[in-house]
Amino acid sequence: MVRLIVRRLALGILTIVLVSGIIFVGVEALPGDTCTAYLGRAAQGTRLDNCRRDFGLERPALTRYAVWALGAVHGDFGVSLKRKTPISEIVGIRFRNTVILGVTASLVGVPLAILLGIFAALWRDRPPDLWVSTAAICAMTIPEFVTSTVLILIFSIWLGWLPGIVTTPPDAPLFEFLSDIILPIIALALVMTAHILRMVRTSVIDVMASDYVQMAQLKGVPYWRIVFRHVLPNALLPTINLVALTIAWLLGGTVVIEVVFNYPGLGRLMIQAIFFRDLAMVQAIALILATLYVGLNLFADLLTLVANPRLRTMKT
Amino acid sequence: MTVTTNIEPVKPKSALARLLAVVLAMASRPSGLVGLVLVAFHIVLAIVSPAIAPYDFKELSAQLILNSPSAEHWFGTDNLGRDVFTRTMLGGRQAILVTTISTVLAITWGGLLGVLLGLVGGRLDEFLMRLVDAFLSLPWILVLLLIVVMIGFTPGVLILTLGFFYGIPVIRMARAATHDVVALDFVTAARARGESRFTIVRKELLPNVLDVLLVEGAMRWSWMLLAFSSLSFLGFGVTPPTPDWGLMISDARSFMSFAPWAALAPVVALSSLIIGINLSADALAKAIGIDRAQQAPV
Amino acid sequence: MSDPLIQVNNLSIGYTNRAGVTLPILRNIDLAFGKGETVGLVGESGCGKSTLALAMMGYLKSGLHVLEGESLFRHRNVFDMDDRALEDIRGGDLALIPQNAGQSLTPTSRIGQQINEAVMLHTSLAREQWRERTIELLTQVRLPQPATLLERYPHELSGGQQQRVAIAMALAGEPDVLLLDEPTTGLDVTTQAHILELLRDLAAETGTAMVYVSHDMGAIARVSDRIAVMYGGELVLEGPARRVLKQPAHPYARGLLMSIPRIKEAVMPASMPGQPPPPGGAGQGCAFVDRCPMAEQRCRDERPALVPTAVEELVRCHFHERIERLPPPEPPKRPSRPGLDDADIILSLDNVAISYAKPGIVDQILGRRPDVTPTVDNIDLTIRRGETIGLVGESGSGKSTILRAIAGLLPLRDGTITFDGVNSLNTSVDERAKDLLRRVQLIFQNPDASLNPRHTVAEILALPLRLYFGLNGDELHARSVSLLNQVRLRADYLERLPSQLSGGEKQRVAVARAFAAEPELVLCDEVTSALDVSVQAAVLDLLTQLQAYRGTTYLFVSHDLAVVRAFADRVAVLYQGRLCEIGPSPAVYRLPSHPYTEVLLGAVLEPDPDTKPTLAAEDTVDLFPPATGCPFQRRCPRRIGAICDTEIPPWQPTESGHAIRCHIPLNELHGAQEKASNAVAAK
Repeated sequence: MVRLIVRRLALGILTIVLVSGIIFVGVEALPGDTCTAYLGRAAQGTRLDNCRRDFGLERPALTRYAVWALGAVHGDFGVSLKRKTPISEIVGIRFRNTVILGVTASLVGVPLAILLGIFAALWRDRPPDLWVSTAAICAMTIPEFVTSTVLILIFSIWLGWLPGIVTTPPDAPLFEFLSDIILPIIALALVMTAHILRMVRTSVIDVMASDYVQMAQLKGVPYWRIVFRHVLPNALLPTINLVALTIAWLLGGTVVIEVVFNYPGLGRLMIQAIFFRDLAMVQAIALILATLYVGLNLFADLLTLVANPRLRTMKT
Repeated sequence: MTVTTNIEPVKPKSALARLLAVVLAMASRPSGLVGLVLVAFHIVLAIVSPAIAPYDFKELSAQLILNSPSAEHWFGTDNLGRDVFTRTMLGGRQAILVTTISTVLAITWGGLLGVLLGLVGGRLDEFLMRLVDAFLSLPWILVLLLIVVMIGFTPGVLILTLGFFYGIPVIRMARAATHDVVALDFVTAARARGESRFTIVRKELLPNVLDVLLVEGAMRWSWMLLAFSSLSFLGFGVTPPTPDWGLMISDARSFMSFAPWAALAPVVALSSLIIGINLSADALAKAIGIDRAQQAPV
Repeated sequence: MSDPLIQVNNLSIGYTNRAGVTLPILRNIDLAFGKGETVGLVGESGCGKSTLALAMMGYLKSGLHVLEGESLFRHRNVFDMDDRALEDIRGGDLALIPQNAGQSLTPTSRIGQQINEAVMLHTSLAREQWRERTIELLTQVRLPQPATLLERYPHELSGGQQQRVAIAMALAGEPDVLLLDEPTTGLDVTTQAHILELLRDLAAETGTAMVYVSHDMGAIARVSDRIAVMYGGELVLEGPARRVLKQPAHPYARGLLMSIPRIKEAVMPASMPGQPPPPGGAGQGCAFVDRCPMAEQRCRDERPALVPTAVEELVRCHFHERIERLPPPEPPKRPSRPGLDDADIILSLDNVAISYAKPGIVDQILGRRPDVTPTVDNIDLTIRRGETIGLVGESGSGKSTILRAIAGLLPLRDGTITFDGVNSLNTSVDERAKDLLRRVQLIFQNPDASLNPRHTVAEILALPLRLYFGLNGDELHARSVSLLNQVRLRADYLERLPSQLSGGEKQRVAVARAFAAEPELVLCDEVTSALDVSVQAAVLDLLTQLQAYRGTTYLFVSHDLAVVRAFADRVAVLYQGRLCEIGPSPAVYRLPSHPYTEVLLGAVLEPDPDTKPTLAAEDTVDLFPPATGCPFQRRCPRRIGAICDTEIPPWQPTESGHAIRCHIPLNELHGAQEKASNAVAAK
């Protein structure tokens, strides 16, 4: 089993390396370079040459990649053209904020989703299930900016209970933050819960129809014992991976929520960076988010490896 | 295990008859019916709306700013005095056009590559799958935004970009479906007969993989609409004054407290289309008989 | 009947389809049995036997409901009981041993935990005593090292071990009745024999009543005191086992027994025309009327009642008295086929070895083969035109592997395969000429998987016709119709999809597809193993006729020794990919035998209450062949010493024209085996 873990880790690292390559190549492939993008109309003549020299853009691509990649490993992403400060300083705080949003939303959303998913599956096709499933479909399919907007409409404008936009500064301490960001957390948690709920529901329904659950019934095992001992472990195991994938995917899409609520996270920073053609910043954020995604997947795979008896006892 | 002896009545089925049967099966469930009706409604609306719209969508009017719904303006007017009803009717056209074409593009290129990889296997397959994994770890909206900002957001660019990126997860899925089919004996039988690779793909594989691709295509379409309207919302989708639901919602946000109608109409329109597609996709999967394991939405 | 433990009274169960019509799965079942009795419930797929067994526990698959009647356990109707009462008796007084134990054990739960659960629910033992009791149970079902087994997960056990665990779990509550739903499906012949003996012993020791559901008459014959035959959802015959097996009073039971191939001599299993009726399709008369050789108008109009006969039987037939006067049902002998030895050689395998191991990166760089023991090794086989060679062995014997290598789907590691004296079949499919591919065809085991579900029968047949003969249009259609007729299917089947055909019909289409190429050699890979026994008889009959008509040569692979006996002229026995014995069928099925053949033949269950299997070897499974010496070295009951581990045994020819690969000198082997068989017969 140790071999499996090592292999999986190696795969994860390989993927991150590949991603960094793709990001670099992708940015290179775009018309223009960091300097032309930033300087815009002023990108000509000596100004352009100076800029290029300052950023070492004459060096061959491979060298630049190597420098950037090695720097990234140490947390040094270079300097932001727009703000003239090291990227790592700016990104650090925004990253923290996005992570706060993600983690809180997950802490709320995942347990809720699992409970509701199991509930919906056990009462399958009856009114409780229909209500929950319909709500889930709505939350899943309606775009996040719509749900966020509606949430603001209801809770901020009509009821006036919660702030509609985040006004605390980005580097404020944790506690001040939390009271301000309840709506964005709800918005993100809503989508997360809906996706995960559906997965859990399907998984539980599948397991309830399996031979071994039928056998347990014929063995005279009482209903709730069947649910807890025979159904849930088998139903929840395969969802670990999907849950991680969903969370990772949703984190990539928090951009929209951050824009709607004016949340000082990585997503909003990214929009600004793109808007201002700050390519170095864009590269850095892309790499960070991708690494987060790969990391979450890796964690999920390893968790499954440990929890699944079939994999645990596999003779490699 | 002995083979069952259940026989169904004999009825030769032409392709059209089978299509009709599938649609009817979809409509037999309430959720499927609702989905089909919504989708059909929106498609028809997108086609006929220019002909029946009461006003010109770009007609500005200083006096009519943010009027609440009335007899002349059923959905009221927005912050530039434009008729919200007209703009809502027309707001889906660009989105539906772009996303339909890119869905077809995504399914085609992703499906073909996935089937090919599933067949060929070996080094190329392993390498490409690692590449696919790497691509999938990129935050999608970042990539879309970047390209659209750097290159320009014309419908053409949007179609190509969405088509390319949303085709990548299709590769994965088509490859898995191919693996499932290739393991079955009738493919081995074709190989043993000496059929050419091409014939095997065309006659044995594709008909069986197509079902899965179809359902996947429906889901892809809804994700693309989501992505497109998100882009518009952020200001990078359509160019004003073209009406678009995402853009309309974004514009109306600042006035939501006293003029909610400007935001509500496009919200309902967009949501109803996406829900309709999802319900239809689910009904399609059940009608075809596919056991859809819930996959992550990428 | 003194005090019946279970009494089924006029039970009918059915379901309502989408059109609102109620279709019966079971009709008016009357059955009763008491302590210490074993009832065999036999019938082919779709007859409702599993539904009946589960109904005795009050369990109905979703969608089914009781139409009329009742099922009593200890005089209480199980369908009136509430959930708590049912939970009480299920697993406790009434225990089920399921069909596929591997899938019926919870994958995330250890074996010990699952048996503990049964102990907890159905005994009054205290928590500290559970472990001890579980080990006791595992020992009772003869599982080795029970203490270690407790910690294992189901997927770590072999099929036979899983089944024993299921039995142990069922015994935990000391049940009065055991319900066994095809418990040995999918297990090897030798494992099956062991499990059946275990069940017989347990029944004798504990006095538990058993209901043994199976389609396998041989297994039923071995365990049952009484046999109940089901057809089309009805009970058609019920009586003492001996009586039902030797002199059944119902035409269906007769037909069934006549379609079962036997070991002692080559017979031609006789098939019954037609198919069982679908649920609700039986009409108002007898369900068997369309297939019965004695049917008259009365059978069509009036459904026969279940009546007792003079000898403690119950039978559902208007004319059962006529049947009782018929001779015992046995399939007719197979006529001998002269002239096979003079035909020229069509296929020869010389020292063929096949390996599944693929070279890893290092091996590829150095250009060498991986140094693993090949899956199949040392195969020498000569096949003459027009004969049928049977390739017999259990799972893992490599028989399918050999077929695939001949077909060009697997590469050879060593040796040569020559077709028709000149053409080398060492090549893969891609390298062979089209005509060569045409002359060698392959038929697969499972017709559900070997026919493309999206293709009509017309398309399925058109593919080889187009590929090999370039036929099109009218000519293609005419040839397709002709092929269908040869496999006894009507021309209108051309428009059907596989989902609209029965199992037997699908396999016929597969046969038609193979013969569309007009092959000289047909490779049959367990082609009848997935079919009901009467359908199997029909397919074998078809293959025989096609052979007589076209002079085709067959290489027939099967794990079923009786089928091979009925069908093959010569037989080769394989163990772990190596040949043990080869020769004309009569010789192979007689003594002297290779020790493995002896074990196999000993384990076969005949539908004859007077025969007894001999369990010679242990019920263990060899997962891979040994690197040196005889492949059977680890399980052989006649092992003579170190030589079996190190030296490959030599071929020893006998007078009957067959050869055995063993270190024991033939006359010694023959002598010892004769003594053993006499001892068994004397018991």
